[in-house]
Amino acid sequence: MPETPGAIHLDDGDVVLLVGTTKGAFLFRSDREREEWTAEGPHFPGSEVYALALDQREGRRTLWAAPGNPFFGVTLRKSDDGGGDWSAEEERPVRFPEGSDMSVNRIWQIRPGPASRPDRLYLGVEPSCLFVSDDGGDSWQPVRGFLEHEHRESWTPGAGGMCMHTIVQDPGDENRLVVAISTGGVYRTENGGRSWRARNSGVRAEFLPDKHPEFGQCVHKVVSHPDRPGRLFLQNHWGLYRSDDWGDEWVDIANGVPSDFGFGMAMHPHDPDTVYIVPLESDQFRCTPEAKLRVYRTRDAGESWHPLSEGLPQEEAFETVLRDALDTDSADPAGVYFGTRSGHVYGSADEGESWTLIRDGLPPVVCVKAAVIGAA
Amino acid sequence: MAVTISLPGQLRDLAEGRHEVVLDTTPASVGDAMRELRERYPAVYERVLTEQGEVRPHVNLFVDGTEIRRTGGLATALGDGASIDIIPSVSGG
Repeated sequence: MPETPGAIHLDDGDVVLLVGTTKGAFLFRSDREREEWTAEGPHFPGSEVYALALDQREGRRTLWAAPGNPFFGVTLRKSDDGGGDWSAEEERPVRFPEGSDMSVNRIWQIRPGPASRPDRLYLGVEPSCLFVSDDGGDSWQPVRGFLEHEHRESWTPGAGGMCMHTIVQDPGDENRLVVAISTGGVYRTENGGRSWRARNSGVRAEFLPDKHPEFGQCVHKVVSHPDRPGRLFLQNHWGLYRSDDWGDEWVDIANGVPSDFGFGMAMHPHDPDTVYIVPLESDQFRCTPEAKLRVYRTRDAGESWHPLSEGLPQEEAFETVLRDALDTDSADPAGVYFGTRSGHVYGSADEGESWTLIRDGLPPVVCVKAAVIGAA
Repeated sequence: MAVTISLPGQLRDLAEGRHEVVLDTTPASVGDAMRELRERYPAVYERVLTEQGEVRPHVNLFVDGTEIRRTGGLATALGDGASIDIIPSVSGG
């Protein structure tokens, strides 16, 4: 086994990059210039880490990680010292209730709750369900309205399992949440999770006989900006969409992309019209089109998309960027980061105009989360 | 005679580094043995069984060399001096 990795410093103004791979987590740190990066890892060597998060509410510096493996299940761990010490592996509080006939196979998303609820956190898990904690992560309960949803028996697993991978909180209403599952689609609650309605009108399901069902779409990612509540962007299993009414209606925004198939999607931290994606050729060939590694950016809410490739390989680049492996930091200018299944991590410190290779040789990257310390 | 449970390398850190656990009693079944194991090393139990009390799909339990899915699962009876081997499936990359 590799040596036990150390902590990363979490000083105000630093930029951190949390990278989850199929064989452990790697924690990167840089100053605001984001030119030189130091790394610690692998944390949890040998374990897949599909979900990482940094909770900075109320001055916290809490790292969360969900290491697991297909044999022995998943755990949820936290660290308050930058990964120097993680909570005990024995603690295993995320469990479906007895009699539900379900067990937690993987944690796909860790999301701190609204600012108005500083001790609330959410998890999205496989099989698809939302878990909530109101005591800072010490105990967790499945959200009953979702656990017992009448559509549950009709949801089916995609290639990555039947996962809840997206949790979007309305910054102005703690009772409104949007979640996305694959496959299943987008669901919204207006009452804190007691009931959920499918919100997929306009989103295609290319793989079903009925291309526009009420639910059953294979949504890959949904993002939103806190300054523009109600607007959502969606990367589908074939399809790019925008909604301006919390998902009541979706419009196609695949304007100028080489393919509307892809996984990752990231919101610009300061501009609610700017979104990043990495298109892939097709569901049959999940690699970057034309063997060119290009990030696409829209600055007009999807009216047009433009490639960003300076510094990225443009030949023989058969790369895949997965649904949680693309993110932005909150610096100005914004940093944009992504990891690939071939173990490369790239970053841009100028909003995507130019890119540098931060690290290669990692195991397949499944999660990238970026943050500026002190900018909760 | 006591029942002995052998642990794979991945789980030994959760059992104070032990490669095997010798139960003080003679449990009647594999399920009973797992419950006794939980009393001493709950984290090991959690890795082997789901929260629904089922053996995880890619974990195999052998009693005296025979995999229990062929002999009644967790209800498989244990004789005096039985040995239980916990062995994860050989798969993955």
